[in-house]
Amino acid sequence: MALALDKPGSDGGTETEFAVRLDHVSKSFGRPGKQQLVLDDISLDVAPGEFVTLIGASGCGKSTLLNLTAGLDAASAGTIAVPGGRPALMFQEHALFPWLTAGRNIELALRLRGVPKNERGPEAERLLTLVRLTGAYGKRVHELSGGMRQRVALARALAQDSRLLLMDEPFAALDAITRDVLHEELTRIWNETGVSVLFVTHNVREAVRLAQRVILLSSRPGRIVHEWRVGIDQPRRIEDAEVSALSVEITERLREEIRRHGQQ
Amino acid sequence: MASSETQPGRTGTADLAGLEAGLDALETKEAAERLPVGRILVTKVLPPIVAIGLVLAIWQLVYVAEVQPDYLLPSPLDVGDEFAEMWRQGTLFEYIWTSVSRGILGFLIAVTVGTPLGLVVARVKLVRAAIGPVLTGLQSLPSIAWVPAAIIWFGLTNGTIYAVVLLGAVPSIANGIVSGVDQIPPLYLRAGRMLGARGLTSVRHVLLPAALPGYLAGLKQGWAFSWRSLMAAELIVQSPSLGTGLGQLMEGFRTMQNMSGVLATIILILVVGVAIDLLFFSPLERRVLRSRGLLARVA
Repeated sequence: MALALDKPGSDGGTETEFAVRLDHVSKSFGRPGKQQLVLDDISLDVAPGEFVTLIGASGCGKSTLLNLTAGLDAASAGTIAVPGGRPALMFQEHALFPWLTAGRNIELALRLRGVPKNERGPEAERLLTLVRLTGAYGKRVHELSGGMRQRVALARALAQDSRLLLMDEPFAALDAITRDVLHEELTRIWNETGVSVLFVTHNVREAVRLAQRVILLSSRPGRIVHEWRVGIDQPRRIEDAEVSALSVEITERLREEIRRHGQQ
Repeated sequence: MASSETQPGRTGTADLAGLEAGLDALETKEAAERLPVGRILVTKVLPPIVAIGLVLAIWQLVYVAEVQPDYLLPSPLDVGDEFAEMWRQGTLFEYIWTSVSRGILGFLIAVTVGTPLGLVVARVKLVRAAIGPVLTGLQSLPSIAWVPAAIIWFGLTNGTIYAVVLLGAVPSIANGIVSGVDQIPPLYLRAGRMLGARGLTSVRHVLLPAALPGYLAGLKQGWAFSWRSLMAAELIVQSPSLGTGLGQLMEGFRTMQNMSGVLATIILILVVGVAIDLLFFSPLERRVLRSRGLLARVA
């Protein structure tokens, strides 16, 4: 497996045609002879600036797919190309470091990216303002609410200045009201920054609410079953009739996939 | 994004900001208020004073009842006289300082040896398999068991005392950092990797700060082991050239059959151990835990 990691910005003017390209990617776990196939022949492009959600039931290998793309794990077969450099990854848990303040968490990301010391403070403030947490610089992680933590985590991910943002069910642990607000926030920030997003979720409505393209994965092993282009204008609301209609269609297809497992 | 203010059911940017500010305000917990000084006195300071008073009272009662002759069980006042005597002679702080300075120096050496040792055991599988169990086993070996060996090696010197202190404290400090590293949520390490932290950068920015609470607990225990081992060593290793620490002082009282003096020394050893913990380790540990939200303020 080859993971192409170029320095961000090194491709200057030559815009690539994709933010990430997975080419016939498979992944198995376990020792040889007793292997379990988790991802089977996944080919997938995310265009620069595109918002794609991956959806599937348990065991579809969604998180594995993100780990492979993030470079935290190696594919068993196939290639993954990320021309924009190391992608940023946001987890379901905020994964902020509790020994640092919100602002320092962001500054650590900037520091590891190589931003000079005197620029880190203002840049962290700018990112906090982007996620509308202007006064939160000195706050400790435990002093923030769940929604605020995920916004700081988003700011920290954006601090990596990566062209690709991977999100692993980042809003799954939040209450419905907060999640709804964060959907609007994410849409706004995606619009403002032009970052490409590959977003994994098991919430169909969330997928339709956010994405330009929804990809359905089957379970055990994960294969791409179907893909929908979401032509609904942003800003959308999760309650919109069009969002509901498409969600019903995708859910039907998802249930079909799940039923197949009961029949085997 | 098209201007959305006119569309019904859509939230404009300003509306969203307001909504979010409202949510943040609702979900942010009010900082707990500091307890008033009077309450701290009543809930924290008073109970131990009452407990000490009770122990002294019972002691005095048993003494008055003459359960044992007074050369076996002196009264609290007799023991107090021993303190007063040492105070008059100006030797009280000399004894304490002799032991405390040895304890601190031994502890600091143990920290410099135990910390890298613990880090290597925690991170290198082969080393862990090789010496991890030994390290845990050493912790349960009473440090006084090292005294005869140390005397044969180093004679009646400071070397013997420090050897015993190190053998007592190093394993517990090393084990502290091992368990500190083991308890780091794997998520932090993954998050660190995603942010670009590798190798020593990762150790410095993620591993060490994440392991700090466990490490501090190990240091605290390491101090307790240092102090205990030191007393064991001082009791046995007697030589005019070594000066008089608390252990030597106690052994001196024992040879003179001075029970008041022995009890007074035990109290000193206890007080020093508790004082160093209360003045140094506990505040440090509380500060670290509180800053990470791991310590709820008792209401």
